[in-house]
Amino acid sequence: VNDTGNTAPSGQSTAPSGPSTAPSGLNAAPVYGLILAGGSSTRMQRDKAALRYLGEPQLDRAFELASRHLTRVFVSVRPGQAADPTRAQHPLIVDSVAGEGPIVGIRSALAAFPSAAWLVMACDLPFLSAVALSQLLRERDAAALATAFMSAHDGLPEPLCAIWEPAAAAALASYQEAGGRCPRKFLIRHAARLLAPADPRALDNVNTPEEYAKALAAIEPAAIEPIVSGSNMQLKIQYYALMREQAGRSEETLETAAATPADLYGELAARHGFTLSRDQLKVAVNSEFSDWSRPLRAGDAVVFIPPVAGG
Amino acid sequence: MRFRFTESAIDTEAARRELLDPGAGGYVSFEGWVRDHNEGLEVTRLEYEAFAELALKEGERIVADAVRRFPVKHALCIHRLGVLDLRDMAVWVGVSSAHRVEAFDACRFIIDQVKHRLPIWKKEHYRNGDSGWVNCERCAAGPRHSHDHDAAQFTVSAAPIAVIE
Repeated sequence: VNDTGNTAPSGQSTAPSGPSTAPSGLNAAPVYGLILAGGSSTRMQRDKAALRYLGEPQLDRAFELASRHLTRVFVSVRPGQAADPTRAQHPLIVDSVAGEGPIVGIRSALAAFPSAAWLVMACDLPFLSAVALSQLLRERDAAALATAFMSAHDGLPEPLCAIWEPAAAAALASYQEAGGRCPRKFLIRHAARLLAPADPRALDNVNTPEEYAKALAAIEPAAIEPIVSGSNMQLKIQYYALMREQAGRSEETLETAAATPADLYGELAARHGFTLSRDQLKVAVNSEFSDWSRPLRAGDAVVFIPPVAGG
Repeated sequence: MRFRFTESAIDTEAARRELLDPGAGGYVSFEGWVRDHNEGLEVTRLEYEAFAELALKEGERIVADAVRRFPVKHALCIHRLGVLDLRDMAVWVGVSSAHRVEAFDACRFIIDQVKHRLPIWKKEHYRNGDSGWVNCERCAAGPRHSHDHDAAQFTVSAAPIAVIE
């Protein structure tokens, strides 16, 4: 009874093309995730990747967030960092081109998988959200060298929460050869596609101990409050198996504005840190299998069904 | 009820008797047992959990579908829940029919559908002290691991190892 044939309800696609590339047209490169964790954390005076929020290193938080949207995610590190315990547990791309700074990490990823585009994220964006990543993927312009958010502060591109297309590789190499080091200047010069962020706070980075203290104060109490927002309804969620263990409970009743099971999963995945992506799951509403886009009604009982293994 | 759960050992003799029929010329059964290894790891025991409300409805549909489709006289499936040790029976399927071919086919159909469709999960406990939900944990990591060789072929020559998974 232990055979583990592919019994995942909806299959676990390993193909790099997936929902993340669909809006950009048939020929768009698949998008992989790259979490930048090669910085020297000078101003923080301790390793930024290992700073914890809700008990978890922010590198792991960033990795999990990216993994919910992308089929493959890597952590970008400098050559001496590959054995560092915070980093070593993730798939790594070690800098393979000379030089310093984030451009080296981005170029190394583009060189490692020349046909992939990269959603590049700094590891020190504690407020980075599913909303921000979804927007970036949805509004991606695969014909530009990059798709980036405009900073809410100065309107300039934010290179470290951006999608870098395969075609950027050659332009980045020339830019670096000419002495350029700043990815932001590169994006200004190369007319990246710029987006006004739906969630501006997502791009706030944390560089100093003071900023870390403020971010902690903002994140930790927020997480223990119940989810309450606009036009809410009450739903009952039941958890089984892996989902039960990750949620730390077998059921909960909550107020939510989520209109569909898909929205609800996004909300709860962020809250409970679920490791399974939505395409690995099925969903049941009121004890029948349901579509992810079915409108939810007050009082519905929802169960997310991880890959099954009866027999 | 042609599909049910039990938390104690499956009584196959009693279950078989439920399938007796003067029009049946044959009977086929399948037993799924707890085995001591899976994917290279030594398994010491299993824990089954189900979303019973949905699994019972869906299980009933599977068995009813088999009876109609092949067709056979009677069919029954019993699935065990809770903690099981090596050699314990986790699932039993029985089918009686006028002729053997339909009975074999229906039995195979039922066990295959039960494994693929029903919201039942098993957690394996390993000799090394570790444990994991089958198809959820190691499989979720699988896509990343199974591809490391194609990453390696794109490795840039400037560094000995550019991609580590």
